[in-house]
Amino acid sequence: MAKTIVTALVGAAVLGLGATAAQADTLSDVKAKGFVQCGVNGSNLAGFGAQDSSGNWAGLDVDLCKAVAAAVFGDATKVKFTPLSAKDRFPALQSGEIDLLARNTTWSVSRDSQLGFDFRAVNYYDGQGFMVKKELGVKSALELSGASVCVQSGTTTELNLADYFRSNNMDFKPVVFEAQDEADAAYNAGRCDAYTTDASGLYSIRLKMANADDHMVLPEIISKEPLGPAVRQNDSRWLDIVSWSHYAMVAAEEFGITTANVEEMKASANPDIKRFLGEEADSTIGADLGLPKDWAVQIIKAVGNYGESFERNVGEGSPLKIARGLNGLWTNGGLQYAPPVR
Amino acid sequence: MALADARTGSGEPPKVSLLYNPALRSIVYQVVTLVVIVAAIWYAWNNVVQNLARANMTAGFGFLNSRAGFDLAQSLIAYSSDSTYFRALQVGLLNTLVVAAAGIVTATIVGLLVGIGRLSHNWLIARLCTVYVEIFRNIPPLLVIFFWYLGVLALLPSIRSIFQHLEENPDAIFFISNRGIYMPAPVFGDGFGTVLIAFLIGVVAAVAFTVWANARQRATGQRPPVLWVNLGLVLLLPFLVFLVMGSPLTFDYAVPGSFNMRGGMVIGPEFLALYLALSLYTASFIAEIVRAGIRGVSKGQSEASYALGLRPGQATRLVVLPQALRIIIPPLTSQYLNLIKNSSLAVAVGYADLVAVGGTILNQSGKSIEIISIWMLIYVSISLITSLFMNWFNAKMALVER
Ligand SMILES: N[C@@H](CCC(=O)N[C@@H](CS)C(=O)NCC(=O)O)C(=O)O
Repeated sequence: MAKTIVTALVGAAVLGLGATAAQADTLSDVKAKGFVQCGVNGSNLAGFGAQDSSGNWAGLDVDLCKAVAAAVFGDATKVKFTPLSAKDRFPALQSGEIDLLARNTTWSVSRDSQLGFDFRAVNYYDGQGFMVKKELGVKSALELSGASVCVQSGTTTELNLADYFRSNNMDFKPVVFEAQDEADAAYNAGRCDAYTTDASGLYSIRLKMANADDHMVLPEIISKEPLGPAVRQNDSRWLDIVSWSHYAMVAAEEFGITTANVEEMKASANPDIKRFLGEEADSTIGADLGLPKDWAVQIIKAVGNYGESFERNVGEGSPLKIARGLNGLWTNGGLQYAPPVR
Repeated sequence: MALADARTGSGEPPKVSLLYNPALRSIVYQVVTLVVIVAAIWYAWNNVVQNLARANMTAGFGFLNSRAGFDLAQSLIAYSSDSTYFRALQVGLLNTLVVAAAGIVTATIVGLLVGIGRLSHNWLIARLCTVYVEIFRNIPPLLVIFFWYLGVLALLPSIRSIFQHLEENPDAIFFISNRGIYMPAPVFGDGFGTVLIAFLIGVVAAVAFTVWANARQRATGQRPPVLWVNLGLVLLLPFLVFLVMGSPLTFDYAVPGSFNMRGGMVIGPEFLALYLALSLYTASFIAEIVRAGIRGVSKGQSEASYALGLRPGQATRLVVLPQALRIIIPPLTSQYLNLIKNSSLAVAVGYADLVAVGGTILNQSGKSIEIISIWMLIYVSISLITSLFMNWFNAKMALVER
């Protein structure tokens, strides 16, 4: 709310007056200040970005922030988090308030170009769905004509929603909130018949509800939501580091390297693994990225491989219990695929 | 000058260094200030352009013609996701104006009543008004909005229970639910324009009659039956025309639809929460201004009017309030401006005001500088127009002084 305006104003002011804005070398900046400033979820989205009662951050996106810090500094604690609403997140990145946005942000062409960001890695393949109260007796999103739908503004969600109803010749009444908490409250109070957002978000929001079993997620997935980290455009070194932090987690899973066995794996006879872990004598991979030689080891020690992070935050090891599905390794029929480390 | 002349004793201007020439000095100061300001603006603008270029973003307002792609919850004019950003901004502006105007009217009426009430000799009324003022004045407006939205309006009957209620009472036409207040929507048929014209003619005639009646009362001491004649002109005349035109007015009733009521007119809880909060919050300040204004009129004025035989109500209305208005209007203007600006809290409950809509556009298009300029320009304009009007009103009231 008011924060959007402040953030936007700061953004505008920085664009207007600041010499610091849009610096093309985020890595040097980050090294100079000694930590990574990472934009994450503003209203505790369990599984992606949420703070526990003692103020510790956890989640798939939070792990990515930590991975970047581990890669750059060899220390996953050298990261500070900026909680952001859907609306606040873009001005925050444009103005340089954060170095990296890891907040279930959909990679779309307009964000990649018009908004001045760059995307590459996708740390969660998602799609938009609907949740309704079971008592409504609705079994499909196509039965929602005439319904009031709660949605968060400043998202791809509100755009998909409009297009979906329009292309199916149905009408609906949007009830639009900027903060997710208010959307949750309104949905709970019966202001809306349905709640729509990324399917992962629906599971997370459903868990927060007093009576999770009274609600169900409808089968339709109406959009593609590749969620991934965003950085400012034209800073390819920083984009490389952020993307490869994710790919390192995926590669580690492909190689079967985990937090527990990473030290052992350093002695592996497999040249691919040795190269990846920086154990090859004359390997310059880390240096070429602008990182220490053992960057991948540090990432794996801090957050584990992608599979470990997934299970811990959103999978079987978490209350969300989301199946790997699209986010399985490509070798298991999923879409997670790391380019070769060589 | 005069002093210097007196001292030298001659008519010649004294020889003063140019450095101390006040006229020249003030010109120099002004020129320097102007240059500094222009340079600062130029520098800022240049930076904007450069930084935008570096971020590969472009400046300009052309994007306003792109398709919005999002739907809006409240719209007084035709709007869909196919409309342009520009249209969306118009919707937002209208929503802001409506809630601000409704809020100002209500806040003024409530504030006036409560302000007068606090001075009442009736102990209970005075206490109640004090409690009102102290409660609303001391709570941040955002909390007042949430109080109405989540604490009151969200607890109203659900739409399902309205459906049920309708099954039992099929004739009901007015419903209050947690999705808003539903009521029949008027549908104006052919010829309703004529009725409106008749109404306008009636109003003009009533004003003319009142002027004539006042003149006659002064001339002859007799008061013509102003109230009855005016009521006839303003109400009966249009009503007769309405009948002659064949009653060109029907109603569209809200009926149960698939998930919501269909048809009719609905005032949503988002608008209501914001409107109630803004009005009641601002009313508490206006009440204090009114009380100060009335206290500012010397006691002798009301005593004198009692001595003339006016009843307390008449004395307040005819003698005290008109004088108090002069004290009230300037601070009242500030309260109006506050209310207008506070209406941007709309975003908290999802009312599609200028800030909410602009924020969404800013987010989708990345045009922060343009949107912020538009926001500032519009709020400054609304505020200036309000101030101008209030200043005019103030000047008009001040003229009454004798
Ligand atoms: N992926 C979509 C939607 C992202 C989004 O903001 N989702 C909401 C609903 S799940 C959310 O994360 N809210 C939590 C918050 O505001 O922190 C986008 O990038 O536009």
